[in-house]
Order: sequence, then structure tokens, then C-alpha cells
Amino acid sequence: MIELRDVSKIYQIGDERVHALDHANLHVYPKEFVSIIGPSGSGKSTLMNIIGCLDVADGGQYLLDGMPIEAYSENELANVRNRKIGFVFQSFNLIAKLSAEENVELPLIYQGVKRAERQQRVREALERVGLSKRAKHLPTELSGGQQQRVAVARALVTKPSLILADEPTGNLDSKTSREIMQMFQELHEQGNTIVLITHDNDVARQAKRIVHILDGRLTEVTL
Amino acid sequence: MMAVKMALRSIGANKMRAALTMLGIIIGVMALVVLVSLVDSATNSITSEVSSLGSSLLTVRVSDDKGVPIKLQDLEAWVDTEPSIAAMAPYATSTATGKFGTESADFNVYGVTQDEYKIQSMQLTMGRFIAASDVKNNNRVCVIPEGTAEDLIGYKDCLGREISLNGIKYTVIGVLEDEEESLATILSGGMKTAYIPYTALMRLSTDNGSSISTFYIGASEGYTLDQAEEVMKNLLMERFNQDEDAFSISSQNMIEEAMGRISNFLNILLGGIAAISLIVGGIGIMNIMLVTVTERTREIGIRKAIGASRRTILVQFLIEAVVLCMLGCALGIFVSWGILQIISAITVSASISFRLNGRVVVLSVLFCFLIGVVFGLYPANKAAKMKPIDALHYGG
Repeated sequence: MIELRDVSKIYQIGDERVHALDHANLHVYPKEFVSIIGPSGSGKSTLMNIIGCLDVADGGQYLLDGMPIEAYSENELANVRNRKIGFVFQSFNLIAKLSAEENVELPLIYQGVKRAERQQRVREALERVGLSKRAKHLPTELSGGQQQRVAVARALVTKPSLILADEPTGNLDSKTSREIMQMFQELHEQGNTIVLITHDNDVARQAKRIVHILDGRLTEVTL
Repeated sequence: MMAVKMALRSIGANKMRAALTMLGIIIGVMALVVLVSLVDSATNSITSEVSSLGSSLLTVRVSDDKGVPIKLQDLEAWVDTEPSIAAMAPYATSTATGKFGTESADFNVYGVTQDEYKIQSMQLTMGRFIAASDVKNNNRVCVIPEGTAEDLIGYKDCLGREISLNGIKYTVIGVLEDEEESLATILSGGMKTAYIPYTALMRLSTDNGSSISTFYIGASEGYTLDQAEEVMKNLLMERFNQDEDAFSISSQNMIEEAMGRISNFLNILLGGIAAISLIVGGIGIMNIMLVTVTERTREIGIRKAIGASRRTILVQFLIEAVVLCMLGCALGIFVSWGILQIISAITVSASISFRLNGRVVVLSVLFCFLIGVVFGLYPANKAAKMKPIDALHYGG
């Protein structure tokens, strides 16, 4: 599914070279629910960007569904993001002037899916996250939890190989956080592969497998 | 279609800004459409007026008579001997003060021969036109238009009445149908018109001698104007020792051609100035699109993260710029139409109808489209080139 082999990413900050990722190795199997935990500055975001094909590594190899990503052009990466990865961000990242259903529809438009099928799949995805009644609302008219549900629906609608969640509960209160995490559990049970990145131990512990990241190095944590 | 809807919504989200941005394009389009339409309408009406003067008419001007000035008898002789020349009319005019009873008015007095009636398309409502015998005997008779009769004498039916021009009395022998209020009559500033025998005019004024410096020629039926021109040219060359600079022959066609050239030149000049203002408007669009791209960096990041390719983003912002331009263009054309309607209403008496010129409308639509693409390309490319992570983390 996901295979990172000796992946490195180096940033040049002033005269200093920072190893955001230092020969990181990770293997995620299909239908796994993995959480990656680490404090801020540990290289979490860099890892997430590379797994999410938002950025490419400076060294090492990254295989997604067996395909080496580093060889891809920018447009091919966009296509991979579109079809294989569903993102859920800490700050929801919905487009403010599009309604909930339009936000969910967007990745399907980029895939070139026909209108009728789009509408059908958007309806299903919103139903899945329990927001059918709010389909026409703008993000600003929704609560934080509802916005995150829309984001989850947008991630689900393309039936991606991997759902990549970056601190999905970071901006939510504890009750809403529990609801969202519950939803991830259900998605996992339905056979989705989920990688969840967080700094919160309680959140991380809900995954079946935890990987710890510190100073750009990954270590397995056994429960 | 989807993309156009999306663009309209983005533009609608910031109406004030969009309106101000479009103002540049609106003014540019207005300048282009209104100016070119005005020139075109004016040219059309002048051209049609020139051609209504008679299309089978040559104007001959003698600038140097070489001591052998052309007399009325010469014209008569030429008409008699040359089959291609149907009529010749000397052109002589003078101004005079006309009086009837206590009424008085300023007159343009035309000295004419019997042929004038044939050459110019005049219509009598009563009486007769000046005859060959009037010219020969230098009779004190005149023909006046209905309007002149009403203004000076007080009624139309004035045959036999005598009006005085510069103190000499002339009997009215004919009344002409009023000319339509044409550009020429507006330019003449309300002067009255009277036609008197050519020979009588030479007596009336001192600045018209017995030599003719300008006259009109009409071609006979069955002969073209070019043939008549050729014959006339040979006659004059013979008379003026083969010096072709001594005279000039011009036809209405040449005047029309000259008008066409002038209006083309004006159109290119004015169109060019308007095009510059459109380009300035395009720079405004580019400016605002750059601001928009920066403001929406985060949105671009999100779109890229969920799979929008460079091309998709480029097209989205390009369409937005083009839609902005086309909206401005449509508004500009609409406003131009309104302005031309108003101008037409104001100048309704001038018999020129100012119409929206279809060609310039099509041209401005194409030009606006081009401006949208050209000036939208740089901002759209800037948006498309953004890296998804940089865009996502912009401003938190």
C-alpha cells in the first residue's frame, strides 16, 4: 500500500540544514488504521506532505500502490492526489464560497465524472457523514464538527486508496472530536485505509497501530 | 459552462471591486463603439447626400484660363457639338439682400441656365423654371423654394410677385419643392435661396465676370460619365494649350471616394485611441486578477490538494479574467447604444441617424476577449504555478 524506504527531506534554513525526514521507513498495509504521533517540529507535516503527494522527497523511495512517486510530474501527482488520496485537514480547508455539496463534488469534477453520477455519489457521501440535510449550506453556516464532516465526505467521495488525516480533531472541542474519531473508526471497519497524524496521545491510541516520529525518524510503538 | 458559473460567482462575491475593474473596459468599449459609430453614421449621411446631388454629374474647375476664358456661348456650343454631353450648367453664386414689401432676408443667389433643372434633381410645384430665352435676354425673373416664399412673401402661391435683390426687382416665375433639411442647408445657416438667369447674376454682382470658372456637366443617355469626362478633357486640353494643370474635372464618385478615405482614416485614428484605453482597462484587469490570486492562495492550495492540475487552475482564473472583460464589454456596448440613442434624439433635425455600427461591436467583443486572455494569462499562470503545500499553508 504505502512503502517509504529511507526517505529524506532536507530544508535549508539560513546556513543550517534541517533534516525534516532522516531516512524514514514506513510500511502501511491495505485496510490498516495507522496513527503517526509526534511533537511539533518532529517532521510530522513533512511526512504527511510526502505521503499525500503534496511534496516530493529529496532522497529514498516512496511507493504508493506499488508505484514509485518520485518519478512523477506535477500533473501526475495532481492526478494521484485526486484519485488515490482523500485529505482531511486540521483547519477543514473547505472552499468558503461553495456549499457543502459543491465542496464534496469538486474532486469528482476534476476527475471528469458525469453530472448525474456526481450528484449520486455526493448524496451518498453526505449521507455517510450524516449531513444530507445541510447539503446546501455554506461552510460558514456550519459548525466546526459539521465542516469537518463535509471534509471527510469530500475525502470519501472519490473512493480513495488512502484517507490521510492531519490533526483532524485539532480545531474541535472534545465532544465533537470523539464524534469525528468515531466516524474514522467506522470508516476503518468498512475497509478504508487510514493514516492519521496527530500530536495527541488519546487520539493516536484509537488507531490499531501507532508510529512515533521524532527528529525525522520513525519508530513503531507497541501497545 | 460550470467554470463560467464558478467565475461569475467569484466575481459576484466582490461586486464593488468587479464593477470598478470593469469600468476601464466599459469606458474603453464605449469610446471605441461610440466614436466609430459616430464617424460612420456621419460619413454615411454625407455620402448619401453627395450622391443625391446627382450621380451623373462632373464638376469642372478652371484655375488658369490662359487669356481664353470660357463663356456661356462656349458651353452652349459644346453641348450642341458633343453628343456625349447632355447639359452644361455654369456655377455662379452671390449673396444679396432680398426684400418684399417690408420683409427682408439674406439670400444665396445662384446664377443658372435652363440646364440646371436637368442636372440638379429639382421639383417644381408651380410655374416654370428659367428658360434658355431668360438667359439669353437676361430677364429679371427668379425661381424660389416654397420655404423662401412663405418666409419672405408670406404665402406659397406667389407667381408674378416681384422680390428685390440688392434693389433690383425680379419676377417670381416658378416655385420649387423645398429641399429636405440637409446638412448643406444647416451649414448655410438659414440663408434663403433664389435662382436667377446666369446672365442676370453677372449684372447683380461685381465678383462674377462673364467668364465661367466652374461648371457642371451631365452625360447624355447612352453615354457613361467616364466617356463625357474624356470628351471634356480633350476639349479643355485643346483650349488650354495641353496644360492639364489649368483645369480639374471631378466627379461625385471621387468625392465619395475621398469621403471614404477620410472616414477610414478617422476610424483608424479614433479606434486606435480607444484601443489604447481598452488596453489600459486590460492592465486594470490584470492588476485585480493578481490581487485575487494572492487573496485566494489558500483556495488554490485546497483545489490542488484535492487534485486540480495546473491546467485546471490556469483555465479557472483565465475564464474569470475573460468573463470580467466580456461583462465589461457587454455593459460598454449597452451604454454606447444608449449614448447613440440620446445623440440621435438631440440631433433629430440634422437628418443623421446615429446607429450602433455592427462591425465595431463585433470588433470590440473580439478585442475584449483577446484582452481578457492576454492580461489574464499572467495572473492565471501565477496561480497555476503555486506549489500545493506553500498555497495550503499560506496565512495559516
